[in-house]
Amino acid sequence: MALRGNLRDFTITQLLNLINLAQKTGTLIVDGPTEQAHVSFRDGKLAYARIGKEDGGLASVLHKGNKLNANQYRTISERAGNISDKELGLLLINAGYVSQEDILLNLQTYFTDIIRRLFTWVEGFFRFEAELLAPEDRINVRLDLENLIIEGSRQLREWEQLQDEIPSLDLALKFTERPMNNLNLSVEEWRVVKFIDPKNSMKQIAATARLNDLEIRRIVYGLIQAGLVEMIRPQSAQNQNSKNYPTKDKEEQKNLINKLIGRIQKL
Amino acid sequence: MQTVKMVVTGPFSAGKTQFIQSVSEIDVVATERKISNDAERSVKDATTVAMDFGRITVDEDLVLYLFGTPGQKRFDFMWEILSEGMLGFIVMVDSTRPETFREARSILETFRAYAPTPFVVAANKQDKEDAWELDDMRHALRLDAKTKLLPCIATNKKQVKDVLLELLYSILAEMESGK
Repeated sequence: MALRGNLRDFTITQLLNLINLAQKTGTLIVDGPTEQAHVSFRDGKLAYARIGKEDGGLASVLHKGNKLNANQYRTISERAGNISDKELGLLLINAGYVSQEDILLNLQTYFTDIIRRLFTWVEGFFRFEAELLAPEDRINVRLDLENLIIEGSRQLREWEQLQDEIPSLDLALKFTERPMNNLNLSVEEWRVVKFIDPKNSMKQIAATARLNDLEIRRIVYGLIQAGLVEMIRPQSAQNQNSKNYPTKDKEEQKNLINKLIGRIQKL
Repeated sequence: MQTVKMVVTGPFSAGKTQFIQSVSEIDVVATERKISNDAERSVKDATTVAMDFGRITVDEDLVLYLFGTPGQKRFDFMWEILSEGMLGFIVMVDSTRPETFREARSILETFRAYAPTPFVVAANKQDKEDAWELDDMRHALRLDAKTKLLPCIATNKKQVKDVLLELLYSILAEMESGK
């Protein structure tokens, strides 16, 4: 039976566990909220990964890992033509720029980072194509999945806890009255803080700051714990919810509450 | 006929249904179902799946309705619906089950976000030997000094009345402060 389904029913961690136990070979294709990821396995081990339109080529990975400087990366991108990653790797090793270990370590880091990003996807569809193998022209690795599965399980627990704390991203945030002196916020936190306004829901802030559900929840949770912000209903929705009393007259409202007090005292 | 409503919320098995039953003049219209989850069944056999509904008639022109929310997380989509138009809300917390305090805090935050109306927190089952002290609960629930945390025994009508009255006093105080 085809291995396909919805991430809501079967998480990335569960999929990795299954691939590991069944020692599967093939490619897992995941259609996430905004992009598609391809992760290839050989005998239950991670071989290759790419995500969206990201340039996952060897030169780009080595550049990100500070093994190639900007000039070297630009020269390779402009002049290497159709050379495969395997050929490029050999050339770079022979030229003494990098070692084989550097190449494998940087690719492993890049692929595992992609898996970590997939752990944050909670919505989306997946399918496993046993016939689709890792691209021939790319360098494959052989990475055990156990550590990634453990990391994914931890992240899943974190996700569940954050969902308990912040059940809906449709709510907005407002600053508490606590003074905000000498705050050391990270770049990610500032990206959220600058959009905090009773008019903006967390969902809108996440979309603007390009954060996924897990990332926005994690940041907001930290801000709430620090006592800097609190969740409120977005201002537009608050206005729709103002008909709590049968009368708009303030004195009549007070009389109504006093009547309720009198009645309950007599119960 | 004018109607107003208050909401009684809190985690699973906090005592919401009992609280409403203690003061309602009608038999509470409870929509309870057998629990399928083993862990939850060890706490009680049936739970509220939609809402409890109690009534206190003030006079021929005014009726107060008490709505109890379903405690199980999977019914939290009902919370927003129930919170619409409420005068205020009561968060019930089982003083003997600290494992539910975090969830109680989360429910409180959610209701405050849905509607910024006054609220009080009722520490239920304070008559039990293993009930937490109110001061300890205040810390665990991260309640500031202004928030009313009231001792409660949901089967005791006098204590339930006191909780309702404290909520009404808070509503009145907020009106008088012009917020």
